Amino acid sequence: MAIRKVLGVETEYGIIIRGGESNPIAASSVLINAYIQELARSGTASASPRTGWDFEDEHPGNDARGYSIEGQFPPEVETHLVNAVLTNGARYYVDHAHPELSTPECADPRSIVVFDRAAERILQRSMEAAAALLPDGQEIVVYKNNSDRKGNSYGTHENYLVDRAVPFAQIVAQVMPHFITRQIYTGAGKVGTEAAGLTSAEVPYQITQRADFFEEEVGLETTLKRPIVNTRDEPHADPQKYRRLHVIVGDANLSEVATFLKVGTTALVLCMIEDDWLSRDLLPARPVQTLRHVSYDLTLRRPFDLADGTSMTALEAQWELYRRADLYAQERGLECIGGEEVGREVLRRWEAVLTGLESDLSSLATTVDWVAKHRVLNGYRERHDLRWDDARLAAMDLQYHDLRPDKSLAARVGLERIVSDAEVEAAMMHPPLDTRAYFRGRCLQRWPQSVVAANWDSLVFDIGGDPLRRVPMMEPLRGTEAHVGSLIDSCDSALELLQKLER
Amino acid sequence: MAEREQMKKQAPTKSDEVVEPVPATSESGEKIKGELDDLLDEIDEVLETNAEEFVKSYVQKGGE
Repeated sequence: MAIRKVLGVETEYGIIIRGGESNPIAASSVLINAYIQELARSGTASASPRTGWDFEDEHPGNDARGYSIEGQFPPEVETHLVNAVLTNGARYYVDHAHPELSTPECADPRSIVVFDRAAERILQRSMEAAAALLPDGQEIVVYKNNSDRKGNSYGTHENYLVDRAVPFAQIVAQVMPHFITRQIYTGAGKVGTEAAGLTSAEVPYQITQRADFFEEEVGLETTLKRPIVNTRDEPHADPQKYRRLHVIVGDANLSEVATFLKVGTTALVLCMIEDDWLSRDLLPARPVQTLRHVSYDLTLRRPFDLADGTSMTALEAQWELYRRADLYAQERGLECIGGEEVGREVLRRWEAVLTGLESDLSSLATTVDWVAKHRVLNGYRERHDLRWDDARLAAMDLQYHDLRPDKSLAARVGLERIVSDAEVEAAMMHPPLDTRAYFRGRCLQRWPQSVVAANWDSLVFDIGGDPLRRVPMMEPLRGTEAHVGSLIDSCDSALELLQKLER
Repeated sequence: MAEREQMKKQAPTKSDEVVEPVPATSESGEKIKGELDDLLDEIDEVLETNAEEFVKSYVQKGGE
């Protein structure tokens, strides 16, 4: 039986400093510190400046194929200048030269949408808070995209809890076709291409931000020779029972429906893999080339070769996966992606998006980012009689992802909402109720001075006098409100909590 | 350098077919056309004023 898919999304945001010296690392630090300081000033114990990130659990060199390579990566330079843990259970930090926000662990795809939106709001608040600290004429601006159009890419990574018992080779072979073909509704759209040897004349507009940057089928890298399936083996949970599939191939979405579908369909495909439900292997003969082939084909009509000698289009592959998933839901139920209600909604929207892609693209202009972006850019292009390589269209492409509400084009194209502003506002401060993020977030709300360090699978308390005490959280679905809500509420101090936990 | 060459090799060969446009949308209705016109008018007011300079200066270090 497939295990419950605990989910998370990590987004690296593009950042620029207008009117000032371009130092993205410093700017990212200013941005995050400004947010934390403002919370402290407003008296909201929403993040503890004292709580550091605990790297005890981080092993990015472990490979899911079963080995660990020493020296695979250059010695780690301390780039995590700022590393905050928020009371909603999220991690907000400087990674390389970007602000990055990792959502708390979520127990269903709709919850991911709520916390991904909350992350955007946190970045918006951060920009406002930073504005007050910067000299006149300077502004830090954040973009939720994945490319600077000059060959530099930064990621939006998804994480899925999977059963360690499933052979990794099976996951690779069966999830790769989904990663390659889901692009047709998860793509955020991009003007032109950054792939070597191709020009805008050949690729005037493509479906995804990221397809240009992938060079391998499977591997450990995330910054060079990026693989379609990443093998990083850091479960951040009981390693005997779980894997965390770390997915680096996706785009950042502005459309809530696209985020919901990206995570919802992938979770469902992983459930089917765990239950050995996918009879036919849809693996392309040349996965890396096919990733681009799909991204470059706006007609959605061009077939590609499969390893089994047949051929099909991305749309046909998605229809096949959808039909298998529909049968799976009838036979096995949808508990593994959060229950019938949210699971049915994933299936309904999946079918609707495939129908739209097949018969009426314009019907997707408020749900699929690449279609929404193409509609306005193409409209502008026709109105002003521009070529696709005109700088004005490239500027609009970037501006689609601008997170400032008064500048964002995505905010103007009428994208459908599936979560409410009230939910999003609450999720900036409060953790999900149904994962271990609840324990992390609530402890930070109650006892910010006692939690000295946190990471995904433990909290470290300093209760004075005694040695530091680590509370492990190796089960992502324990530490929920149902498990520990009344316990936390009943304690007056962190010491009391620890004493009760040890009983 | 070797990396660039490898990327080049992996780039798909350009198809001989004529590149088709996105399938014609059904935006024939005056209403939908009008909506797009209104949207473009609205967007005109917030667009970056110096597109070329903006695009040129938008440089990110890689991440991940």
